[in-house]
Amino acid sequence: MARFLLRRIISSVLTLLAIITITFFLMHMVPGGPFNSEKMDPVTQANLEKKYGLDKPVIEQYGIYLGNIAQLDLGPSLKLRGRTVNSIISEKFPVSARLGGMTLVFAVIIGVSLGIAAALKHESIIDRLIMLFTTFGISVPGFVVGTLLLVVFGALLNIAPTTWSNNPVNYILPIITYSFYPICFVTKLTRSSMLETLGQDYIKTARAKGLASFAVNYKHALKNSIIPVITYLGPLTAYLITGGFAVEKIFSIPGLGRFFIDSISNRDYPLIMGTTIFLAILVIGINMIVDILYTVVDPRIKLK
Amino acid sequence: MNISKNDRSYTIDKAVTEISSDVYKSPKRPFSFQLDPARIELATADEKQELVIMRESTSLWKDAWRRFRRNHFAMIALAFIIFMFLFAFLGPVLSPYSYDQQIRGSENMMPSFEHPFGTDKFGRDIMVRIMDGTQVSLVIGVLAAFVTLIIGSIYGAISGLASPRVDNIMMRIVEIIYSMPDTLIVILLSIALKAPLDNLLNSYYIFEGIDMIGAPLLSMFFVFAFLYWVTMARIVRGQVLALKEQEFVLAAYAMGAGKGRIIRKHLLLNSMGPIIVTATLQIPSAIFVESFLSFIGLGISAPKASLGSMVNDALNGIYTYPLRLVFPAVTIALIILAFNTLGDALRDVLDPRMKK
Repeated sequence: MARFLLRRIISSVLTLLAIITITFFLMHMVPGGPFNSEKMDPVTQANLEKKYGLDKPVIEQYGIYLGNIAQLDLGPSLKLRGRTVNSIISEKFPVSARLGGMTLVFAVIIGVSLGIAAALKHESIIDRLIMLFTTFGISVPGFVVGTLLLVVFGALLNIAPTTWSNNPVNYILPIITYSFYPICFVTKLTRSSMLETLGQDYIKTARAKGLASFAVNYKHALKNSIIPVITYLGPLTAYLITGGFAVEKIFSIPGLGRFFIDSISNRDYPLIMGTTIFLAILVIGINMIVDILYTVVDPRIKLK
Repeated sequence: MNISKNDRSYTIDKAVTEISSDVYKSPKRPFSFQLDPARIELATADEKQELVIMRESTSLWKDAWRRFRRNHFAMIALAFIIFMFLFAFLGPVLSPYSYDQQIRGSENMMPSFEHPFGTDKFGRDIMVRIMDGTQVSLVIGVLAAFVTLIIGSIYGAISGLASPRVDNIMMRIVEIIYSMPDTLIVILLSIALKAPLDNLLNSYYIFEGIDMIGAPLLSMFFVFAFLYWVTMARIVRGQVLALKEQEFVLAAYAMGAGKGRIIRKHLLLNSMGPIIVTATLQIPSAIFVESFLSFIGLGISAPKASLGSMVNDALNGIYTYPLRLVFPAVTIALIILAFNTLGDALRDVLDPRMKK
């Protein structure tokens, strides 16, 4: 176990380092600095570049940047004077995290329930309908779902709120959009895993013993077929964190995703780098926790 | 002793006695059942004819196609994909409008006979723009699948055949790329590569032809080349590892086949099924990434049309012209659905083991 943990942590750190390096050098490849504009005179520009350390060699800047990240300091924003990347993230991220968290819970509950229903009523009309829905649903990109929902509920029925406020009503459409794909995926996953478990000998034994079908289905079968869903939680969080870009754009939600897209057109490099690295740490960290978690949950999984 | 099935009078009993009597003729080993080779005659042409298999043998592809045809969903998806290719590549040629042609006086039109999907706020025909956008999607999808196919299968084959140590290092690299949050890297790469590629394309004469594709599309290929080959590499490596231990590969070695021949004829050919399936399923995911990037404003730039950027444009006028959004959005969804269905059907047909 200790060896597995160590290996997993080392590989996560390496991945993170690779991302930081790629991000840093890619952002420095882009021509045209943040202070390049017609109006600015060269002296001011040089002074600004000096202030933010942009006049030093790239390798030196990279070293300084790595040192700062190690101290969890993502640097100042170049466009929003006097703000640090850290303060912007801590202001914007809670909005995204709340939406993402609610979506996660919603997607898992609905997805697992649909999956169980399909597996228990295998080959019935309910199963067919659920499978048809998930097959279609898995192919529709999130932003298509979101914009079409907005057309139906906003433009045609005129019942969707047009501006963002922290009202619970505002969360309905974004959560449906956001959870559409994960619901379909979790449903498929739960269904196939549950079908496999239901065919096992110990389920037959449990039924032969005369156990109530509720106990067989939910205590024996469900518990053993939920593991693939746990493994999917890692990729799901990654999806939620990055999928937010489209959802926040469609429903004008003032979260980190929308801010990230805006900072790209502003060429605010420290902000782009900082947000990327912050999100990457989140994704990689959660993936690592999920990996460790499911080896704990399921002792059959070999620690390689 | 001429044992022929045509000879009806020849019974099993008789054969047994004959063989037994032959054996008894050997005085040294009375209990030996060994036959005397000199007494065995060659089969006649008539007898050989009976061994010829009457039914024509089917190749893997013929058999796959036969099973594929039975899947109605897959056939519909295939027909739709062919239709979309015609729509995207022939459509703009036949249409009286072009994607950037602004028709004065017919701005913001609802669907009509002249403009089946209506026009946008600049008076551009939406249908021809969708044709062009579909073209972009299909080109991206197919080329991305091709790029990942080449890089992934070469990398996977090398990794599977190399020494365990090299294999281990190569797979660690794959693991790192695999666990990167891809959307973030895609966004970063497309920002960073856009300008240098623009410069490159504009400054050299030889790139004149490639200039047509445009820097955003080209940077997207780099993204696919950099990120999306890992799935293919893993699958090819797994196949090579499993196949190289098989007896027929050993037999080929024993018969003196070179390494190159074994890789080409035995390893790659036998992993063709999974490779094709993975490549086909790469198409919809590439189309998705392209439309997503264009939707958030990082992909194809105006006036060129992409289905994603058309959805984005339509988002601003959603309350007044909702239909303008529906056409490109539904087109993207249908294309991705068709390719997913095709890929799943191919998996059932070519590689039943991969099915979960």
